[in-house]
Amino acid sequence: MPFAFENIDTLTKRMLFAVQDYSLFCWEAVGSLFRSPHYWPDVMTQCDLIGVGSLPIVVLTGFFTGGVLALQSAASLAQFGAQAYTGRFVSLSMIRELAPVLTGLMVSGRNASGMASELGSMVVTEQIDAMRALGTDPMKKLVGPRLLSTVVMLFLLTIISDTVGTAGGAAVAVFISHQNGTQYFTSAYQALGYDDIAQGLTKPLFFGFIIATVGCYFGTKTTGGTQGVGRATTQAVVVSSVLIIFCDFILSRALLWLYSGI
Amino acid sequence: MAEPIHAQSMPETAASRAETQPVVLFENVCLRFDGPPVLEDVSFRVAPGETRILLGPAGVGKSVLLKLANGLLKPDSGRIFLFGDEITAMPEEELLKLRTRTGMVFQEGALFDSLTVRDNVGYQLMERHLPIDEIDQRVHEALRFVELEHTYGMLPASLSGGMRRRVAIARAIIDKPDLILYDSPTGGLDPVTSTTIDELIIKERDVYRTPSILVTHRLQDAFTMVSHRYDAAANQMVPLPHNENNPNTSFLVLHQGKLIFDGSTEALVSSKDPFIKEFLA
Repeated sequence: MPFAFENIDTLTKRMLFAVQDYSLFCWEAVGSLFRSPHYWPDVMTQCDLIGVGSLPIVVLTGFFTGGVLALQSAASLAQFGAQAYTGRFVSLSMIRELAPVLTGLMVSGRNASGMASELGSMVVTEQIDAMRALGTDPMKKLVGPRLLSTVVMLFLLTIISDTVGTAGGAAVAVFISHQNGTQYFTSAYQALGYDDIAQGLTKPLFFGFIIATVGCYFGTKTTGGTQGVGRATTQAVVVSSVLIIFCDFILSRALLWLYSGI
Repeated sequence: MAEPIHAQSMPETAASRAETQPVVLFENVCLRFDGPPVLEDVSFRVAPGETRILLGPAGVGKSVLLKLANGLLKPDSGRIFLFGDEITAMPEEELLKLRTRTGMVFQEGALFDSLTVRDNVGYQLMERHLPIDEIDQRVHEALRFVELEHTYGMLPASLSGGMRRRVAIARAIIDKPDLILYDSPTGGLDPVTSTTIDELIIKERDVYRTPSILVTHRLQDAFTMVSHRYDAAANQMVPLPHNENNPNTSFLVLHQGKLIFDGSTEALVSSKDPFIKEFLA
């Protein structure tokens, strides 16, 4: 077989194996949530680390993204005399799309890498083996709590990002574009339907799942010492970020069809 | 070709116990990762009360064998029995329960670095939700055994390499296991600290008589194990009389994935196998 084809063949097999391995890992991770023992204190610790720990970056990102949206849209809308629609534009963009995706990407950068490096370090120092040797299932003790807390906290962080983003847009609209605040909020409120909110709050559930499973997957599959931990961390961030954006497209298409029939 | 693996080459007490159910039994175990086979047709047994010292150069598959014995890895072929149960095809859920009967000391200690010494040593008891007072008392007892009671509230990062191994031993013995697996417990330690660890292992062997497998590539540790006993009155190990060896301690030698020796100290030192002769030289 020619060298190039051999490479493609090997690469394809490796990729398919990785997908299969990841799917089995996800299946086990979800299964671990429904089997005892449950490690609730670990869930609370992870909620604190992932949720409260990510709050500053999520607030800052949300606020400035809302602000930039207002700034850009006000300038464009002013050309058509439609500056009053700034609130509508900002709230729809933030709630439907930007808050879930940006929050997902921020949390992914912070926590998928954290999970991969923490679990990776545990693998290379044989702490995971030690845990199994002591009769504890690492899937239940380490992966389950991270999965549950990431899904729950990303959902809540997205709501905060929605709120802060809309407030950031309002700040720019009122203090820089000199619009009327009441008009901004009325426009923002009137534009929103339940389907928009449902769309915006369905996405973080999937993104949280991606962040936790990808971070834990690369962490638990770490090989090759400290260099391997670094590699796992990078791969976790890259793969989870790409999957979030890819999943966002698929979800947007599916949710638009579901709610609007488009 | 393996050296005698029969009763005649085994210590007398071990041979007399061969009738009883072995604690660990390997039958024609083979394992291969990506390259050449790591283990090829490995068969041996650990009888109750017996200590097996697994010798071999670094990278020969000793740690892998130990992980197989505890079900942390699965063989490609062959059968492994732990406490009479075949673990080769046992689901992880059942293996987790079975592993609570074993204690394992990992190469670098493998202490959980985010937990204190107390939580590391008492981990298994905490998992079983025992009362806090009982956990504290048993952790103190285990730490007293390894003479590290003062490290109770410390984090593993503030311990020396030798202290970590001793804490790992305390963690392995706290629940009075039916089998202890030591993975190079003295690897990378200075001679004085290594002697302290050897003394603890001998103390464990002679006080609790727990069967064990000790992996090492250091001959000094191996021969200290067979030539010393624990003196409870003096609280230290003392040499056995000249030419006398511990009858419950015997050797396994692994070379290029194959078990080339299984027998007593006397049989080992008088072995004609060129590799063993070179290894012991």
